[in-house]
Amino acid sequence: MIVVELRLLVRRRRVWLCWALLCALPALVAVLLAATDIVPAPGQGGAFLSAVVSNGQLFPAAALALVLPVFLPITVAIVAGDTVAGEASAGMLRYLLVRPVGRLRLLVAKLVSVAAFVLLAVLFVTLTSYVVGVAAFGFGADAAVGGAGGVTSLSGVVLTPAELAQRTAFTVGYLALCMLALGAIGLFFSTLTDSPLAAALGVLALVVTSAVLLPLDAAEAVRFYLPTTHWLAWIDLFRDPILWTAVREGAAVQAGYVLVAFGAAWANFATKDITS
Amino acid sequence: MPDVIATHNLTKRFGRITAVNGLDLRVPTGARFGLLGPNGSGKTTLVRMLLGLVHPTSGSVELFGHPMPRRAATVLPRVGALVENPAAWSHLSGRSNLRLLDSAGSGGRRRDRRARIAEALDRVGLGGVDERPVRSYSLGMRQRLGIAAALLRDPDLLLLDEPTNGLDPRGIGEMRELLLRLNADGTTIVLSSHLLSEVEALCTRVGLMDAGRLVLTEDLDELRAPTGRVLVRTPDAAAVLGMLDGRVVGRDGDVLLVRTDDAGGLNARLVASGIRVTELSPQRRSLEQVVLELTGASADRVEVRGDPAGRRSGRRVAGTGRADPQPGPGPGPGPGPTVTDGETVRGLRPMPAPEPNLGTEHSEPRHRAEPRADRRAGRRAAQ
Repeated sequence: MIVVELRLLVRRRRVWLCWALLCALPALVAVLLAATDIVPAPGQGGAFLSAVVSNGQLFPAAALALVLPVFLPITVAIVAGDTVAGEASAGMLRYLLVRPVGRLRLLVAKLVSVAAFVLLAVLFVTLTSYVVGVAAFGFGADAAVGGAGGVTSLSGVVLTPAELAQRTAFTVGYLALCMLALGAIGLFFSTLTDSPLAAALGVLALVVTSAVLLPLDAAEAVRFYLPTTHWLAWIDLFRDPILWTAVREGAAVQAGYVLVAFGAAWANFATKDITS
Repeated sequence: MPDVIATHNLTKRFGRITAVNGLDLRVPTGARFGLLGPNGSGKTTLVRMLLGLVHPTSGSVELFGHPMPRRAATVLPRVGALVENPAAWSHLSGRSNLRLLDSAGSGGRRRDRRARIAEALDRVGLGGVDERPVRSYSLGMRQRLGIAAALLRDPDLLLLDEPTNGLDPRGIGEMRELLLRLNADGTTIVLSSHLLSEVEALCTRVGLMDAGRLVLTEDLDELRAPTGRVLVRTPDAAAVLGMLDGRVVGRDGDVLLVRTDDAGGLNARLVASGIRVTELSPQRRSLEQVVLELTGASADRVEVRGDPAGRRSGRRVAGTGRADPQPGPGPGPGPGPTVTDGETVRGLRPMPAPEPNLGTEHSEPRHRAEPRADRRAGRRAAQ
């Protein structure tokens, strides 16, 4: 079933469109920056953007910061909301279940396909933006210390390209986990309704709610557990030495979301009457 | 013979609505079983419960002697199903659809998958289908694809909900032949439909549902046994009336309905009396008549609440449904027999009933006894 799900995933035009758009936004930003040379001042604009012009290798990090707040959640919401509700509205859910595919197996396969989608999404953004970044801004050979290709970390210490690659890999993993948490919530919503759109909008409503509560002092008590709170913790991965605390906490919260949301999806779906 | 399907006191409630109510259904192995009933009578909910898609509120389902949905993993590989209407991943070709569907469930032998898919497509007449996405298929092609999906694993039981939807007459004929062939090879077939002619042509046994209950299970031959009346067409109708006064229960022009078990004897007597008989046959009830007698208005018809005269009261005949639908002998040359009689006279085939002559309703007591709404609703269901 998992193989079937993955095949269905990669044969959907919508999925490729999502990936293409995710990669297009950072590329557009890179082209604009390179063409105009107007760079946001340090501390303003998207994270890492001001540093990008001096070294293209940092552009993947900047690109991830660009797509993270809106674009990535939207695509995840669309794909995750489509998981069960999409099959239901197409009428395939009943045929899959009488095939028979166990209901738990179906849910696991759906979650795996969402995980594959987010991981590939983050990876594609990283890879394309690396290529685009290097093409637009070069390797930053004039970096002060550390030889050609060195990148100055947020803490001021210069990172070698190998270190940078490692940290970017961590970032990819962390963001994929964050998005998977959102995807699991989408999967749960998707079992509640037969309309993929409703499920996707539910996920987005949750993201917006969380983003609204985040800066609110009155929401201090729940802030730690909001899904979006830890989304930016990966920036600490670009410090030297890496500040693991926030990343670790964030990973724990996001993993908790995956577990709880998947459990809720299973609890709802296991005994649900399939009337679609 | 063991039963393929056995339900015991099966009940399903959706909120305040009872979709299926205390159903005891048995389908023996090797049968061709037709599940009939007006729209909204609970057929689809029943099929979904048999397949474990919907969980019963109370009661139990057994397929092949195994409880459902607990043993779904062992039972369902032996079942092929078409539920309500066919579905497919519309961006993929028919072949890809079958390939993915087959590999989705356990138990599919991977090695002969390609061959099985080719065979299933061949059987339903889609053998030469190309790689067009299902999106571009016609309704009939989708229907065929749905049946191919049901046949993919050589099931012992085929549960088909409206399998001829969207097929043209030739396609319907092909499907009937296919199902008969499969049945001859030992596949039990359960066909849910409101197309009476389909069921009449294919099934050996019918179950009739109304308002969530199974109001009748009977072999089709039993249902269509002679009714104890004989249709006589004669240009000398008046003479016959004089001769057989009291035994003529209906008249429509030169066609008379005579109450007798002995058609041959009647014929001899008429001919002996010099009466010209152009046509004479024992009356058989069509499936449509049985269905209309036993079922109420279909659920897709919504009456005004508090309608006077109890239109929904429905004339229901208890028991096997073979009780006389029109009690009381028709007096001599009345304005004509009831609508259902007229139908039997003409074709002995189910067809839409003619518009009832509203003008006669007041002068003819027999008509008034029959709830009008019921008859109309039944006609809708039959179409």
